[in-house]
Amino acid sequence: MKWIFRGGVPAPHRKNTKDQETAVMGTPSKVVIPMVQHIGAACSPTVKKGDYVKVGQVIGDSEAYVSSPVHSSVSGVVSKVEPMLYASGKMVMSVEIETDGKQELHNSINPPVINGKDDFLKAIRDSGLVGLGGAGFPVHVKLNPPKDKVVDTLIINGSECEPYITSDYREMIENSSGIIKGVKLVLDMLGIPRAIIGIEDNKPEAIKLLSQEAESDERISVRAFPSRYPQGAEKMLIYSATGRKVSPGKLPADVGSIVLNVNSVSFIASYLENGIPLVNKRITVDGPVVKEPKNVLVTIGTSLKDIFDFCGGFISSPYKVLMGGPMMGIAQYSLATSVIKNTNAILAFDKKEGDLPSESPCIRCGRCVTACPMNLLPLELNRLVMADKYNELNRYSVLDCIECGSCSYACPSKRHLVQSIRLGKDAVKRTIKR
Amino acid sequence: MKIIFPVLIVSGLGLAFGLILSYASKKFAVEIDERVEKIRGVLPGANCGGCGFSGCDQYAEAIVGESAAINLCPVGGSGVVTQISEIMGVDSESGEKMVARVMCNGTWDKVKIKFDYDGIIDCRSAATMAGGPSSCIYGCEGMGSCKRVCAFGAIEVENGLARIIERKCSGCGRCVVECPKGIIKMVPAKSEYSVCCSNHEKGAVARKNCQVACIACQKCVKECPVGAISMDNFCSVIDPSKCINCGKCYKVCPTGAISKFTGHM
Repeated sequence: MKWIFRGGVPAPHRKNTKDQETAVMGTPSKVVIPMVQHIGAACSPTVKKGDYVKVGQVIGDSEAYVSSPVHSSVSGVVSKVEPMLYASGKMVMSVEIETDGKQELHNSINPPVINGKDDFLKAIRDSGLVGLGGAGFPVHVKLNPPKDKVVDTLIINGSECEPYITSDYREMIENSSGIIKGVKLVLDMLGIPRAIIGIEDNKPEAIKLLSQEAESDERISVRAFPSRYPQGAEKMLIYSATGRKVSPGKLPADVGSIVLNVNSVSFIASYLENGIPLVNKRITVDGPVVKEPKNVLVTIGTSLKDIFDFCGGFISSPYKVLMGGPMMGIAQYSLATSVIKNTNAILAFDKKEGDLPSESPCIRCGRCVTACPMNLLPLELNRLVMADKYNELNRYSVLDCIECGSCSYACPSKRHLVQSIRLGKDAVKRTIKR
Repeated sequence: MKIIFPVLIVSGLGLAFGLILSYASKKFAVEIDERVEKIRGVLPGANCGGCGFSGCDQYAEAIVGESAAINLCPVGGSGVVTQISEIMGVDSESGEKMVARVMCNGTWDKVKIKFDYDGIIDCRSAATMAGGPSSCIYGCEGMGSCKRVCAFGAIEVENGLARIIERKCSGCGRCVVECPKGIIKMVPAKSEYSVCCSNHEKGAVARKNCQVACIACQKCVKECPVGAISMDNFCSVIDPSKCINCGKCYKVCPTGAISKFTGHM
């Protein structure tokens, strides 16, 4: 049975870096590691200025359940513990470490001993793993759904539908056995009967490689999905894989699924082997003004400037730098921002590509309605936000918007639809809080 | 003769309906407290919602029906309160005339600009983007969200800073709710001096981001003869209930963070 989600847009692929092997970047002279690299409670620093830290040492932790510890990604001396610039543009408590280049492992690092599900979940929490697809939801929470929910499908997200980004693709090519090993581990530990690996059909090599690896295990199936943005969004992927729809306000576990990124599962496999927490990340560096676009394995906390320098710098001065893909990424105003756990790409654009076109009046053609994968009415939401009718927004289910940007992409009048809907969501959330 | 019957029928019907209507208006009359009507006549009719009810009608009903406080109308001020108190026969505790004030002096030439903002011209939208294009994340963004909600045309935005024309300000407080930075505060109209800065960073950082920021030097605190000024997390605050409008703080402030308001801007 083939399910195709409604809506979406045929965004260009531009996977320019897909055939290049991942380059490994050395440790930078200093790293800035923010205490918030996940959805949930912020960590508080457990080190102070002047402390000597080693790779994998916990430098920030929180008592809260929905949170994930932060580890040092380098060995060196802590030079600052104060609020510093974060990917969202706000100031967030961060730890700055001046590296000594030795990269010694902390002595707490040992492969975890696993005797059952509880140990497994604790190990995942200790590893600092958060959803590596982009949202950064702590994985130990994802893997531990409420008791009354029966999970029968593990869905592995290898869709990578955003243009330019190829970091998941390189993982599938370079570490296909690790991914399958991780999938098997999660299936065994949580007692889930089947796993579906969903990959967009513009990545035939990845599909072939993973199918070969998964052949021996009949629980795992590899499926090709149509390349249509936003195929990799959680709700769309669940529908494509199982035909189940996640109702508004519900979680994947409510329809018996858990969704993990390919990078997350391969990390689980490697963590159980060597016990090194999440300190490195493969990111795609691309965009028209980057001299040598490629995938780079970077140390978490490396500044954008260091990474762009590693890729040969810029051809011309960038007009817009995004952290994340061109559809959902966050624009950065300073290259001092550092890479965090859930960063999967940094892109630099010139004025031609990066400029936000000016708006024209809505011609009510309905293309945004066709494009919306969540069955919303972006033109109506836009109208209500612009007229400050926040009370009515809720009736139009504004909070269901996943901010994928398909509506803005499809709009022939170049209206700033998703931007205004985000504004509306923010206002509605504030009213609910009040 | 043919005309007689229609005339009789129609006038007969008219008479019948008239009798029914006049009976119904007596029998099913809705009793309206005439005080509601009177209070409604006294209220300004701006329907601004400043009292906390959805409009003047609802407030008038609430005063009579739910014995709501009579001094809630910020637009009418003490005049309206006295009139309502006469209608209701209760003592008037007249509310002090309040005005809104933007606690920021950071025009575009006083702050640094972090980036070109080309999104929706709305303060909340700009605030979600790295706290706005101004280097001071506490300060006014000058996109005019407050201006759009002001029903009295009392706000103007100039050079990236919203300013309230206090003689037009009715004190309804819509802008206070609207401002995403929370830098619009209600103060008594008679208070002449305010610290127009909301930056809670340490002095050096605040100064780096804005030339007219409060740098927490505490000179005003020491200067104030009545102890009306206190420090709130690296930003000084004047307590209007203690302030005697002597203006010493205004003269001593080294950065110009304290402004003088004469009420007729």
